[in-house]
Order: sequence, then structure tokens, then C-alpha cells
Amino acid sequence: MVPRPDRQELAAIALGGAAGALLRVALSRSYTSADASWPWVTFAVNIAGAILLGYFVTRLQERLPLSAYRRPLLGTGFCGALTTFSTMQLELLRMLDAHRYGLATGYAAVSIALGYACVHASSAFVRRVRRLV
Amino acid sequence: MSPFAWAGVAVLGGGGAILRFLLDGLVSARVGRDLPFGTLAVNLSGALLLGLVTGIVLTGDALVLVAGATLGSFTTFSTWMFESQRLTEEGEGRYALVNVGVSLAAGLGAIALGRFIGGHL
Repeated sequence: MVPRPDRQELAAIALGGAAGALLRVALSRSYTSADASWPWVTFAVNIAGAILLGYFVTRLQERLPLSAYRRPLLGTGFCGALTTFSTMQLELLRMLDAHRYGLATGYAAVSIALGYACVHASSAFVRRVRRLV
Repeated sequence: MSPFAWAGVAVLGGGGAILRFLLDGLVSARVGRDLPFGTLAVNLSGALLLGLVTGIVLTGDALVLVAGATLGSFTTFSTWMFESQRLTEEGEGRYALVNVGVSLAAGLGAIALGRFIGGHL
């Protein structure tokens, strides 16, 4: 069975999601990149979101467990909506259409390697601070 | 973009995040949480839908609202990376690699398929 989600949790997700989507769309309209060139906006929001999600979830899970709505607001809502998988795939597809295979490989590899490393680094940062306090 | 369209970005962005949460919960409850199938289902369905949308050639504000706000918010990169990193931490590095590789390859397949179908509608 799927547990019934509570309304306040859904409201927190919607609020964070609205903020993340507004920021991403505003950035993508301010800084447009030509088709089949390095998509700086998508790259930047994805990496920023990976840093923040590692930070928020580690902090909320391992340091401040007594906040029911911060993870849905900041993690599921804001970071989830700020970052995007679908746009990245479309950008990759257009690079492949344009036969820019090196660019597509580089964009996928750097996004994934850096995104992964940033989650690791921000999680490690939270745990290190905890040990010092 | 008009203030009305920006309000639409906020509403649809919030809606996309809620849909992601619900689909993730539904899939995880059925298939289990050993591997992040919930996020995989979200990202692959979102890529398929974005392909469909580009295949039928939406433009202007409609494209921003559907592709940017709704599907951009529905799919997620940060959770994909987070879950892969946590799999490695739990000693399941092979599954982390599978999660990264399958999402990427199947995501490209899904968006290409969506665009193909959209172009023939």
C-alpha cells in the first residue's frame, strides 16, 4: 500500500517546486545558449542542486531530524525542481543530431561526474562539521 | 513572458514536483527501495513526454510552461545523483554505476522515441 501523503507535506513540495522551477526558467530565459553548444544554465542548476541536496538531506537526516517539512520543501521541492533530467536529455539528443559526439560525451560525463562528486563533498562537509561541534 | 505565464510556471513547477513525489512513492512501494526505481520511472517518463512535446513542435510560452516548468520540475538530476552516491556509500557501487548508466542510456532512448512518436501524430 502507498501511504496517504499529508497535505502539508504536499504543500511544502509544491512551494519548493514552484521556487525551483521559477529560478530555473528565469535563468534559462536570461542566458540562452545556442543549440548543440554547452548548455551552461542546465549544467549550473544541476550542479548547484546536487550540492544543495547533498547538504540538505545529510543535515536533515543526520543532524536535525525533528523537522517534518524541511526535506519536502528544500529537497523534494526546491532541489528536485531546480534540477532537471529531461532538459539535459533533450540537449544531449540535439548534440547527437548535430553530430557533436565529443560535446555530448563531455557534457554527460562532466555533469554526472561533477554532480556525483558534489553530493559526496557536500555530504562529507556536513558530517565533518558535525564532528567538530 | 507575461506575469500570467510566470504564475503558470510557479503553479506547474509545483505541480510537477508533486507528481514526481507521488509517482516515486507509488513505484517505490510496489518495486521496493533497494534500487531507486521510483526516480528512474519519473525521469524516463518525463524524458518520453518531453520528446513527444518537441515532436509536435510546441513554441513560445506553451513550450516554456510544458517543457520548462512542468517536465523540468517533474524530472530531477539532483535526486538521481544523490541516490547513486548513497548506493556507493552503502557498499553497492555496482548498482550506482548501473543506476547512472541505465538512466542515461534509457533516457536518451525515451526522448528519441517520444520525439519520433510526436513527429508522427
